[in-house]
Amino acid sequence: MHTLSVSALGNALRRKEFSSVELTTHFLDRVAAYDTTLNSFITVTGDIALADAARADERRRAGEDNPLLGIPIAHKDIFCTRGVRTSCGSRMLDTFIAPYDATVVDRFRANGTVMLGKTNMDEFAMGSSNQTSWYGPVRNPWDADRVPGGSSGGSAAAVAAGLAPIATGTETGGSIRQPAALTGLTGLKPTYGRVSRFGMVAFASSLDQAGILARSAEDVALSLGAIAGHDPADSTSVDRPADDYPGALGSDLSGVRIGVVKEQFGEGLDPVVGKLVEEAIDDLERLGATILDVSLPNSALSIPVYYVVAPAEASSNLSRYEGVRFGHRAAHPVDMEDLYKRSRSEGFGDEVKRRIMIGTYVLSAGYYDAYYLKAQQVRRLICADFARAFDQVDLIVGPTSPFTAFPIGEKLDDPVAMYLCDIYTSGINLAGLPALSAPAGFARGLPVGLHLMGNHFREDLLLSVAHRYQQATDWHTRRPARFT
Amino acid sequence: MMWEAVVGLEIHAQLATRSKIFSGAPAAAGAEPNRQACAIDLALPGVLPVLNAEVLRMAVMFGLATNAEIASRSVFARKNYFYPDLPKGYQISQYELPVVKRGVVEIALDDGPTKRIGIARAHLEEDAGKSVHDAFPGETGVDLNRAGVPLLEIVSEPDMNSAGEAMAYMRTIHSLVRYLGICDGNMEAGSFRCDANVSVRRSGETALGTRTEIKNLNSFRFVGRAITYEIERQIETLAGNGTVVQETRLYDAVADETRAMRDKEEANDYRYFPDPDLLPVELSPEYIERIRAELPELPDVKRQRFRSEYALGENDARRLTAIREIADYFEAVANASRQPRLAANWVTGDLAAALHRANIEITHSPVGPEELATLIVRIADGTLSGKMAKEVFESVWRREGDPDSVIAKRGLVQISNPAAIEDFVDQIIAAHPEQVEQFRTGKEKVFGFFVGQVMKLTRGQANPEQVNQALRRKL
Repeated sequence: MHTLSVSALGNALRRKEFSSVELTTHFLDRVAAYDTTLNSFITVTGDIALADAARADERRRAGEDNPLLGIPIAHKDIFCTRGVRTSCGSRMLDTFIAPYDATVVDRFRANGTVMLGKTNMDEFAMGSSNQTSWYGPVRNPWDADRVPGGSSGGSAAAVAAGLAPIATGTETGGSIRQPAALTGLTGLKPTYGRVSRFGMVAFASSLDQAGILARSAEDVALSLGAIAGHDPADSTSVDRPADDYPGALGSDLSGVRIGVVKEQFGEGLDPVVGKLVEEAIDDLERLGATILDVSLPNSALSIPVYYVVAPAEASSNLSRYEGVRFGHRAAHPVDMEDLYKRSRSEGFGDEVKRRIMIGTYVLSAGYYDAYYLKAQQVRRLICADFARAFDQVDLIVGPTSPFTAFPIGEKLDDPVAMYLCDIYTSGINLAGLPALSAPAGFARGLPVGLHLMGNHFREDLLLSVAHRYQQATDWHTRRPARFT
Repeated sequence: MMWEAVVGLEIHAQLATRSKIFSGAPAAAGAEPNRQACAIDLALPGVLPVLNAEVLRMAVMFGLATNAEIASRSVFARKNYFYPDLPKGYQISQYELPVVKRGVVEIALDDGPTKRIGIARAHLEEDAGKSVHDAFPGETGVDLNRAGVPLLEIVSEPDMNSAGEAMAYMRTIHSLVRYLGICDGNMEAGSFRCDANVSVRRSGETALGTRTEIKNLNSFRFVGRAITYEIERQIETLAGNGTVVQETRLYDAVADETRAMRDKEEANDYRYFPDPDLLPVELSPEYIERIRAELPELPDVKRQRFRSEYALGENDARRLTAIREIADYFEAVANASRQPRLAANWVTGDLAAALHRANIEITHSPVGPEELATLIVRIADGTLSGKMAKEVFESVWRREGDPDSVIAKRGLVQISNPAAIEDFVDQIIAAHPEQVEQFRTGKEKVFGFFVGQVMKLTRGQANPEQVNQALRRKL
C-alpha cells in the first residue's frame, strides 16, 4: 500500500480493496517500525488517525468521493492542530496544545484526509538540515547518516520512507524544495498568497508559504487543490480561485519555453549534480520544450537579502514567546525581565537566537536604512530579474540544491555554509513565485533535484511539466532500499 | 523676561466599533477579564490580523471633518517592545504612512476670538491590554480585553501656547469625534485621553525649546493643570539657568505636579517596520467621496446655522452645538415649540442645571424634548408664568405627568382674563384703604404689597403683568 500513488490509493479505496482504516493502520505500523531510526515524527496521532479513517470510510459509504478521502497525511509540526501539541520543533512550544486548526489542516480534513501525526522540523523552520530541532535530527532514508534537508525534513523523510503518502511542508527560503531534492521527492512551494498562512506558526511573514511534499507531481496536484484558495483569515491570501491542477496534467511540452539560469551552474555547484540537472534539461528538450538561456543577474544577492529580511521579520514574530501566556516559562522568575530573559534563553535554540539577534540588529535605529531598507530595495531587483526572465520564457530551470544530502553534524558550526544550501531557492521566496523540485537522478547514490520555477499562479504549468517529465523518467519511483 | 509656551497634544480616541481592529472579538469595555480576548488578541502561534474596515471609515470621517488629506495609500507597521500587556511583543500602528495628514480645526478662545490648530496626522493603531496589580497577592495579572481595541491617534501641530488653548483644542476634538459618532468620548473609561508635549522659549525666539511629554491625561481639567504646572516648572528651570531635559513625565493629580518617569521605561528603540501580515491600505477617491456624502453636519456649520436659523447669539449657539445630542435636543424643542429663544434659554438654563445636578446625559433626560416644547408653548401662550413653568418643569422631571396633565392636576392655569383680574384687584383695593392712602401720598414701595396680595388671593395664578397694569390703572 505504501508504494501506491495517491490516485492509486484513491482507486483502491473506491474499489474497496482496503478501507481507510486498514490503510491508516498500515502506515501507523510502518511509522512504529521505522521512525525510531528516522525520527521524522515529533508526535504520532494514532487515535486521531484511526478516528479520521473511520470517519472517511463512513463518508465513502454515504456516497461521498474525492481524491483525498481516506488518504493519510502527515502535517509539519508548524501547523496548528486542535487538541494536539504544535511544537514547531522548539522547546518553547513543547507544551503548547493549539486550540484551533490551521486553515491548511482544516481544509485537508474537510477533504477527508487522515492525520497520521506531526512531523519533525528545524526549530521554528530555521535551518536547512533538520538539525536544529529540539526533538533531535531527522535522518535521511537514503543514508541514515545524512540529513534529509530542512526545514521540512521530517515531512520529507516520512514520505521518502513510505511512512506517509503525502505530507505538508512550509517554506521561507527553500524548506520544501531543498528537502524534496535531498530525499528524492516532488515538493511544491506555491505562489505567495496561494495557500492560507492562518494557523501556520510564523517565521518570516512576507516569505512563508505552505506547500506539499509527495512522490510525484500528480500526487502534489491532487493535494494542492484541497488547500489552494482564498482565506479571509489571512489578509495576504489572494482572492483568486484555485486552478484545476490535476486537470492541467498531461499536456505536452511543445511550445513551452524553458529558461536555464546560467548563473546557477557556476561555482559552488557539485559537478555531478550539475551534470544530472543538465541531462534532465536535455530530457525536457527531447520532450518538446524549447530551451533558452536566461539571466538572473541578482541571483547571488538572494542569500544576503534573505538573511536580512527573514531574521528581521522573525525577530518580531518570535517576540510573542516570552512565557506569559503559553509555551515554556522559566521556573521561579524573580521579576518580569527575569521571566522574559530566562524563558527565551531556555526555550529557544542557538540558531533561533542567532536569527533573532540578526533581525533585531538590522531593524535597529541607525542600521535600518543600511540593512533592512537596502535589502528591500535589492529584493525588488531580484523580483525584476524574474519578471524580465518570464517575459522570455514560461518556466525557469536549474538545480534545486548545490549538493546532495550531507552528513549529520556537518555545517552546524558554520552558519554561512548552511545558509548557502538555499542559494538557488530563496530568490523564489523573495519574489513570491511558485517553484517545485522533482527528482532528476542520483549522485553517488543520493537523490538530486531539478528545480522548476514558474510565474505567479502558474502552479498548473509547473505541475504539468514535472508530470510530463515524470512520465518519461523513473527517478521519482525509486525507493530507499532500507524502507521498501 | 517674557516666556512663550509651546504645546502639542497627541489624543487617543478609542473608535466606537463593535469588534476589535484586527480580530472579531467584541471591543466593548466592562467584561470579566480576558472574556473578550480571542486567539488573535492573545497572539497565539499562527494567528493573523485582519483589518476591520469600519475603523478606516471612521478615520476617513475624521480626516474629512478636519479638512485633512486622506492618504490614498497607508501602511501598518509594527512597533516592537516587550511588555506583558502587549501579547505579540509589538503593537500594530501606522508609522511612516498614516491614513490622515495635515488637518486643521478652529478653537474658540475664552476672550472671544478663534484660533486655527493644525493636525499633523491621525493614524490607526491597536490598544494594549492592561496589567492588573491587585487581583493576585504578590503577582501581576494581565487582562487582554482591551488588547486590539481600535484607537485613532490624533497628533496636533505644536500650535497651542497655553493650557487654556490646549483644553479648548481637546474639547473641540472631543466634540468633533462625538459628532462623527466615531468615539464615545468617555474620558473616565479612558476612551478619550491624551499626551501633551510642552516646551517654553523666550518671547520672540523662533526655535523650539526642549520639550517634555506628559503621558496619559484623561480629563480636560488634568490637561489644564498638568500643562500649567509643566510650563511653570520649565520657566522656573530656565530662569534659574537650568536646562530642561527631554523626557517623559507623569502627572500626579493628587500632588498636582508632573514627575519624570524612570529612564528605563522610555529608552526604547521600537524597530518599526511595515507589518508583513497586512497589505497596504489603498483608498479610492470614490470610497472617500461616499464617506464625505455621509458626514453629519459638523459643529462649526451647525453653529452658523443656529445663529441664522434660530437668531441665536454666538455664545448660545456655541453652547448648544458643542455636544451633538444637546444640539439635537434643542432643535427638537425649538421646532416643536416654534420658540427658539425660549428653547435656548431652557436647554442651556433649567434643563442643563437639572441634568448637571442629577449627573445624567441629555439623552436620558426625564423631560423629553416634546414635553419641554409643550411647556414652552404654555409660557408663550400665557397659560404659565415663568415661575409656574419652573414648577411644572420640576414636576415633569419627577415624572408626575406630562406638562398639560401637571398643569391641570395642580390647577396651575394662569388667570389672564382681564375682567377676572380687575375683579381681584378691586377686592384688594377695597380691603386695604390705609395702604391705598399711603400709595397715593407717594409711597411707591406699597405697590409691591398690592401685587403680593393679588397673587396671594389667586394662589399665584394671576398673570403678573396684567395685575401690574390693572393696579396702576385703579390706584
